[in-house]
Amino acid sequence: MNKINITIDGIKLYVPENYTILEAAKEVGINIPTLCFLKDVNEIGCCRMCLVEVKGSSALQAACVHPVKEGMEVFTHTPKVMEARKVNLELILSNHNASCQTCTRSWMDCELQALANKLSVDMVRFEGESKKLPLDVGVSIVRDPNKCILCRRCVSACKNIQTVGVIDMVNRGFSTQVGSPFGLPLSETPCVNCGQCINYCPVGALHEKDDVDKVWEAIYDPTKHVVVQTAPAVRVALGEDFGMPIGTPVTGKMVTALRMLGVDKVFDTDTGADLTIMEEVAELIDRVRGGGKLPLITSCSPGWIKFCEHNFPGMLDHLSSCKSPQQMFGSILKSYYAEKNEIDPKDIVVVSIMPCTAKKFEAARPEMEVDGIRDVDVVLTTRELAKMIYDIGIDFPNLGDSTFDNPFGGATGAGVIFGATGGVMEAALRTAADLLTGSSADNIEYEPVRGLEGIKVATVQAGDLTLRAAVAHGLGNARKLMEKVESGEEEFHFIEVMACPGGCVNGGGQPLQLSDVRSWTDVRAERAKGLYTEDRNTFIRKSHNNPSVKKLYKEYLGMAGGSRSHQLLHTHYQERGNYED
Amino acid sequence: MSNTCTMCAEAQEKAQKLDEIVAKYKDTRGALIPVLHEAQELYGYLPLEVQRVIAEKLEIPLAEVYGVVSFYAQFSIYPKGEYQINVCMGTACYVKGANEVLDKFRTRLSIDVGECTDDGKFSLEACRCIGACGLAPVVTINDEVYGKLTAEDVDGILDDYEAR
Amino acid sequence: MIKNAKELTQLRDHARQSMEIRLDRLVDPSPEKHKIDILVCGVAGCASSGSLKIADEIEEQIKKHGLGEEVKVIKTGCFGLCAEGPIMMICPEHVMYTKVAVEDVEEIFESHIKGGQIVKRLLAGENEYEEIKDRLPQIPFFSMQKRIALNNCGIVDPEKIEDYIALDGYQALAKVLNNFEPDDVIDEIKKSGLRGRGGGGFPTGRKWESSAVVQDHEKYVICNADEGDPGAFMDRSILEGDPHSVIEAMIINGYAVGSHQGYIYVRAEYPVAVQRLNVAIKQAKEYGFLGKNILGKGFDFELEVRLGAGAFVCGEGSALMTSIEGKRGEPRPKPPRSAEKGLWKKPTVLNNVETYANIPQIIRNGADWFRGIGTEGSKGTKVFALGGKINNIGLVEVPMGTTLREIIYDIGGGIPGGKTFKAAQTGGPSGGCLPADCLDTPIDYDSLTKLGSMMGSGGLIVMDEDTCMVDLARFFLDFTVDESCGKCPPCRIGTKRMHEILVRITEGKGEMEDLEKLEILAKNIKASALCGLGQSAPNPVLSTMKYFRDEYVAHVVDKKCPAGVCKSMVKFIIDIDACRRCGICKKACPTGAISGDKNTPFVIDQDKCVKCGVCMEKCPFKSILKNA
Repeated sequence: MNKINITIDGIKLYVPENYTILEAAKEVGINIPTLCFLKDVNEIGCCRMCLVEVKGSSALQAACVHPVKEGMEVFTHTPKVMEARKVNLELILSNHNASCQTCTRSWMDCELQALANKLSVDMVRFEGESKKLPLDVGVSIVRDPNKCILCRRCVSACKNIQTVGVIDMVNRGFSTQVGSPFGLPLSETPCVNCGQCINYCPVGALHEKDDVDKVWEAIYDPTKHVVVQTAPAVRVALGEDFGMPIGTPVTGKMVTALRMLGVDKVFDTDTGADLTIMEEVAELIDRVRGGGKLPLITSCSPGWIKFCEHNFPGMLDHLSSCKSPQQMFGSILKSYYAEKNEIDPKDIVVVSIMPCTAKKFEAARPEMEVDGIRDVDVVLTTRELAKMIYDIGIDFPNLGDSTFDNPFGGATGAGVIFGATGGVMEAALRTAADLLTGSSADNIEYEPVRGLEGIKVATVQAGDLTLRAAVAHGLGNARKLMEKVESGEEEFHFIEVMACPGGCVNGGGQPLQLSDVRSWTDVRAERAKGLYTEDRNTFIRKSHNNPSVKKLYKEYLGMAGGSRSHQLLHTHYQERGNYED
Repeated sequence: MSNTCTMCAEAQEKAQKLDEIVAKYKDTRGALIPVLHEAQELYGYLPLEVQRVIAEKLEIPLAEVYGVVSFYAQFSIYPKGEYQINVCMGTACYVKGANEVLDKFRTRLSIDVGECTDDGKFSLEACRCIGACGLAPVVTINDEVYGKLTAEDVDGILDDYEAR
Repeated sequence: MIKNAKELTQLRDHARQSMEIRLDRLVDPSPEKHKIDILVCGVAGCASSGSLKIADEIEEQIKKHGLGEEVKVIKTGCFGLCAEGPIMMICPEHVMYTKVAVEDVEEIFESHIKGGQIVKRLLAGENEYEEIKDRLPQIPFFSMQKRIALNNCGIVDPEKIEDYIALDGYQALAKVLNNFEPDDVIDEIKKSGLRGRGGGGFPTGRKWESSAVVQDHEKYVICNADEGDPGAFMDRSILEGDPHSVIEAMIINGYAVGSHQGYIYVRAEYPVAVQRLNVAIKQAKEYGFLGKNILGKGFDFELEVRLGAGAFVCGEGSALMTSIEGKRGEPRPKPPRSAEKGLWKKPTVLNNVETYANIPQIIRNGADWFRGIGTEGSKGTKVFALGGKINNIGLVEVPMGTTLREIIYDIGGGIPGGKTFKAAQTGGPSGGCLPADCLDTPIDYDSLTKLGSMMGSGGLIVMDEDTCMVDLARFFLDFTVDESCGKCPPCRIGTKRMHEILVRITEGKGEMEDLEKLEILAKNIKASALCGLGQSAPNPVLSTMKYFRDEYVAHVVDKKCPAGVCKSMVKFIIDIDACRRCGICKKACPTGAISGDKNTPFVIDQDKCVKCGVCMEKCPFKSILKNA
């Protein structure tokens, strides 16, 4: 890359010619404020916060999109710049429902609040009409258009990254808003509840449906036996909400904190993941050997499942009939666990802590029950759990470690890596290789399926089978891959799809990272690192070696893919139209 | 019974025409706006069902189609009246009293701009300059142009349409 | 299909014969001359006031009188005197009839066409034909104009390519393809000093050059015909009156920059322009000016019409391009400039209609000819759409440097009803208002900018003493708020806040602090809006505050509207001394606010009065006063 000379606030720089002013300023330690900017996601220069003066140009320029040019002179804090930023921010605030005291974003970092502070906005001079639009409260996601500041980051996430495209800019002028077609609630659109929009929202205009109260109610109901399961990706992100570095594993502290909240048992969804691998590998071998529908496609990600039901109805019988780990585990808790501990399943409240908003929708799907008993009762996101811990004043970073409760305590490394893209595939391959050869393979790390490439393809030898496998994360990539599979352009035996870019570690329920962090740090990679480390440190790294799973099959389920399994652990899918009533 | 069938046939015929419109533009870059224009010509407005078909066939998310429809003043998601009244509010018309003319239409029809009378007969729009400034203030009703209007002329004009 | 320049010239010479009658100016009406051309303005205002029906009636009369051989009717472009429309001109004697009605056609036939007697009552203005026949081009409305962009308007039949060819149409294209390298074309345009006629006045040659130097096999040229300024109809008139001049220019543009595809983006509010353009493009294809291997010189070019859908912001270049791409017409930040990344991220040149209409003549007559017209910094002519409180509402084209006074008083015939000139608004919602002090300023790009307005596309609205400048600023902001694309906060929210303040002031609820706020907001929007239209949105407020600050102060401090426009500050009262108690006002009042009878003095109940002013209009004794 060629480099060029520019001057920023009198400082001479020699920077790559494809830099923006924002990037160049960062090099010399000047963080120009931004609001709509999110690197590689939303680079449209619309919020007018990053304005700077460029010599020779009468109007101010948006640093986030303005390319550098040889000899350019930039000024980032002239009175004209500071006044413009301030007035623009005051204008945004004048049309923002600033109910900060009760806002979900107020205890985390609200980017708008932070900016108001940074720019010393002491009052809003330009009051006037402001939006009064109805809230859209869904099972998973809540949209408050009155807090929306029209930065469009959610629209980019929904439309460009996920190719779901159920929200977009509508109307124009002062009436412009982020909206769905004809103002329909998201529940009546092909929204898949992935929550990526939430991850990118700078304010409190998008958040998960708050279910914390249901959990408190169950905890303080003496007739209820509250059982918590925590998904793998939660443990490498929860700490972030308490100021810990991105990707710090906090498994032990999390278990301690949950016990302090007063729940009866804390289990690890990883066991559910191991169970999923047992069932799914059985299904894979069965399909490959028995001439069933191929490729087999994973079904752990509820966002992906709904996406497939809307967009690829022809692929539904390719989906594994396995329920997700959350649902499998919930179902086992309400049957096997209930029986063993002689608790009426009606009195068990299964609470799952998930990195995901779509899990709320999944748990509410009508088919997710056995004999009228719901598999999972309440789903909380990582953020909601963090909020509970925060609310009662637990000093999380300084907690001691605890371990998960038995009988499902001993999860495997295979279950842990479910939280990163490629993890389910890798876990499945570890088990498939052993089951097909009847021996125990030493090489268990499958590098080709790891990492953040959008679509990863690998050919793997498992016993006498040569399996062609593909991994896609982010629904845009999933769409591309499915189009190739549907058209016959590519053939695979086994495909892993995760709705969120990077997999569950970057799920829509994970702690929010501000745009100036997200733009320059790959949050997905940092969190995945934590999971792979935990995998490496785990004694048992293959699902079929999980002692509690073995015991479960022996005592209760019989064989993987057997009739009891089918009753408890498998499900079915339905075609869903697009905006058809 | 026969009534329903005519309506069905009409709806089917329109649906087929819509398919033809979309097919015609299938390979045109930036086809959405031309398609919306022709679809609105066909249906008179752009309800959800029409936009859904267009979105599906052009492989554009419906939210984006709706975003485009709601951006441009000429696209409407509501049916228009049998007689569409358009009061020009361009500068030339404005300084010559278009506002009073518009007010008169408003009060006489008891509807606001963008609305349609209950009987579906009249809808009222205020438009930007139609480029007939020599005739200011100008009002168009469907294809008919009325120039150099005053508020007093409004009653006569509407009486005439009501009698039709 | 015309294969080369020679065939084109042959066709021109042949086609010119049928134009003789129209071109042969100022020949006395004489019965010996058998051939008669009746030109009917078929565009803009005239078309809106029924000129096309008149043309149909003429056809009827031709049939009825069996004059099919001798008399032809031609639907032409604009003559300029739009207020007098529908207009027709009878050639060869060039008699202009104005405000013609369908019913008049029969008389024109009986008396003029057959009898050689001019129908005097239909002549323009108060002038008798006898008085002006020798000097029709000399009356100021015509003599002070110089027609380049409108050269063919009012002469050619826009739906007949032969007419255009007869007047040297497509000769510039032939010249370029045969004698010029692409760079030579750009040099010629640069040398001419032509600047963009649509807004800021960027030098056209430099614009072409910046696209030409980008290496890419896929480039576009676009004609911006999204004439969005309310009160402007220059582009409409050119497209409807002389579409081929724009088409020819775009092909030349394509050749100069290395583009093979052009788009004309027209507002959908101009159905006639769209139809004429489509006809013209079809003809140009048939004649081989569009398509492959144009005039045998190996250059290919295609042209497509795209319709807007009612969004003022699409007049902004990048917004127009996103609109062609089928999206919301939102501008994008620059750089990158459109010359590098425009339509579909490819190098794109965008010029407005009037700019293009100048190109063929610059090529034919040479850059020096063009440089000879206009001022130092602004060459050539400018078309203005005169509107508002002015006698000769219409379309005029004057050399750059003509003063506002000349345009308004000499060409425009001054203010009607003996009222006083107050201000002229140029540049539409991006421009500003110029007070009487500025009347003698020679108009060009730079002088208008210096005065806080801008050339814009050429709308020129005249206002008299009855116009309230605060209300006018409110009107423009109303427009801007409604037409803002909504992408950036300064425009989306800032113009809304300005509008709210202006509403407050016009309702008599303003405070001095509001004026300060208006200034802060205006300054900020100018500095920080994302696109040029946003940045110029505060101009109507800034210029009225600059030149008519006392009116603002009167509204805020005295709670008075000097022009008597702002209703909440207006009070109608009955002058008891002048009142004859006739009761007409009481009958006329729509809200029953007036009471009184023969024995009791008439009074207006101010609580009931809605300030419609009907009483004042109806009072035969002028005894109702508007007290501002």
